[in-house]
Amino acid sequence: MIVASLVYGAGPVTPLEVLATLVGQGSSEAWFVVTELRLPRTLIGLTTGLALGIAGALLQAMTRNPLAEPGLLGVSAGAGFAVAVAILVGASTATLTTLIAQAGALAGCSLVIAATRVQGLGNDPVRLVLAGATLSGLLLALTSMLMLMDQRAADEIRFWITGSIAGKSLATFQATLPSLVIALALVVVVARPLAAMALGERAAVGLGHHPGRIRFLITITVALLVGAATALAGPLIFVGLVVPFIARAFAGPDIRNTLWLCLPIGPAVVLAADVVSRLIAAPAEMPLGVVTALIGAPVLLAIVRAGRMPSL
Amino acid sequence: MIPTDTLAAERITLAHRHLTVAKDLSVQLPPAKVTAIVGPNGCGKSTLLNGLARIHAPSSGTVLLNGKDIHRLPTKEVARKLALLPQENTAPEGLTVGDLVRFGRQPHQGWMTPWSEGDQRAFDHAVTAADVGYLINRPLDTLSGGQRQRAWIAMAVAQETPLLLLDEPTSALDLGHQIEVFELIRHLSGQGKTVAMVVHDLASACRYADHMVAMKQGVIIEEGAPAQIVSPALVQELYGVSCDLIHDPATGSPLLINVRRHIQKR
Repeated sequence: MIVASLVYGAGPVTPLEVLATLVGQGSSEAWFVVTELRLPRTLIGLTTGLALGIAGALLQAMTRNPLAEPGLLGVSAGAGFAVAVAILVGASTATLTTLIAQAGALAGCSLVIAATRVQGLGNDPVRLVLAGATLSGLLLALTSMLMLMDQRAADEIRFWITGSIAGKSLATFQATLPSLVIALALVVVVARPLAAMALGERAAVGLGHHPGRIRFLITITVALLVGAATALAGPLIFVGLVVPFIARAFAGPDIRNTLWLCLPIGPAVVLAADVVSRLIAAPAEMPLGVVTALIGAPVLLAIVRAGRMPSL
Repeated sequence: MIPTDTLAAERITLAHRHLTVAKDLSVQLPPAKVTAIVGPNGCGKSTLLNGLARIHAPSSGTVLLNGKDIHRLPTKEVARKLALLPQENTAPEGLTVGDLVRFGRQPHQGWMTPWSEGDQRAFDHAVTAADVGYLINRPLDTLSGGQRQRAWIAMAVAQETPLLLLDEPTSALDLGHQIEVFELIRHLSGQGKTVAMVVHDLASACRYADHMVAMKQGVIIEEGAPAQIVSPALVQELYGVSCDLIHDPATGSPLLINVRRHIQKR
């Protein structure tokens, strides 16, 4: 997928020229396309997929809901709204955008967790998603309202809000790296207790864990990951649903194996979707968010229609 | 195993939000014996067990593990002394018996330490004790109720704790499976474990417990060996029914017969 992402796409460069560039030979034009356009895009796609895949797996395990997904539950929308506000007031530095997106994601994520603790709501996967969709819809409406306020900001927001990893600079990527490293370290810490929490809260306490502390750490981790991914690519929905879904199919019931498998599957899914987004309407491009939605929606329907929701 | 670890509650009061469920309770689990906590629905017996297991923090009083306040000890350290089998268990679909029993080793494992020889020994011992060796690779959702409960007990046994607390371990099981689980519990106490369990069925408690704690409306009304404390008067006070008492000719344990609704004398 990394190779495909480097090889295909806009710009008058043939696959052969790309390979030539990669081994150090090739025209300067090809060199520009590959290193300045496609390489950043590939790196960003890779990071986004990794972050959203892991975040989805964590949220699903913690809420015991196979439909819990940062995009559907409003975590991404929270980050998106925060960034839209930031763009409107003129924030432009990459670091700031990342932090703001993470703060927005944290607010969205906390709301979701609070919602799952409400009696009844957390036990019904579909109702939780409805609650999340309501939150997402509200935030999107608010974002649209912001766009009416300023034409210049509106164009910037509109392009960003559909979800795309094209034309993003490496500066944003570098800005998200520290928080991604922190988030992945946190994943290593919470993985074992999170697996035990699948046995029930009391059983987890019996095994010497602190469920409250674990939930707190996971909320932070998901916010860091989703915030970073949203700062990079806009609010992409369904990636956090599809990636853990595929990973679980191979990994079985243990969340630790699922998390490991999300590491390769997340980037693969996003890069594949991105390559499709470049090729499907060539020479123009379809926004990545549209492609992930086209892939993700049938998966969501399949899970819901399976009759029996897999219990986590 | 020489039992040296002790668990006791000292005048604990347990409340759900503002509603006091159990008031001023003091109990001490006799070492290497099976203690049964009995009483009518809603008497606070599960709450007491959860209090002893540090799941439910008392609003006053202390639970003492080896003389120290259990809530001041690191929870992981407690988990090496005390294993808990909660009443309602969930497991992700497809989790096998082996996976489940391995979870019991978590309190003994450090951060990212690999599975050790000691872990494997404890695992093998637990699997043998609970007789689930032939089920190791079976997903829990394909087992019978009794097998599943034995698998959960195996997890608690793998924790290698001197103390074991069980919340209604046989509540959803038929007679055969109940006997299977109770005999396993007796076997474990025979190996030196101190066991406390909430039991719904007074007859089973009489048969399988060495020590009985009878509760009503959040208060302990009687405590002692079943043969000494179980009487028609106690049964009437606990459950509001009349009965006669004989002794099981085979085991000598108290046996309730002719149980009937109590009719108030006018």
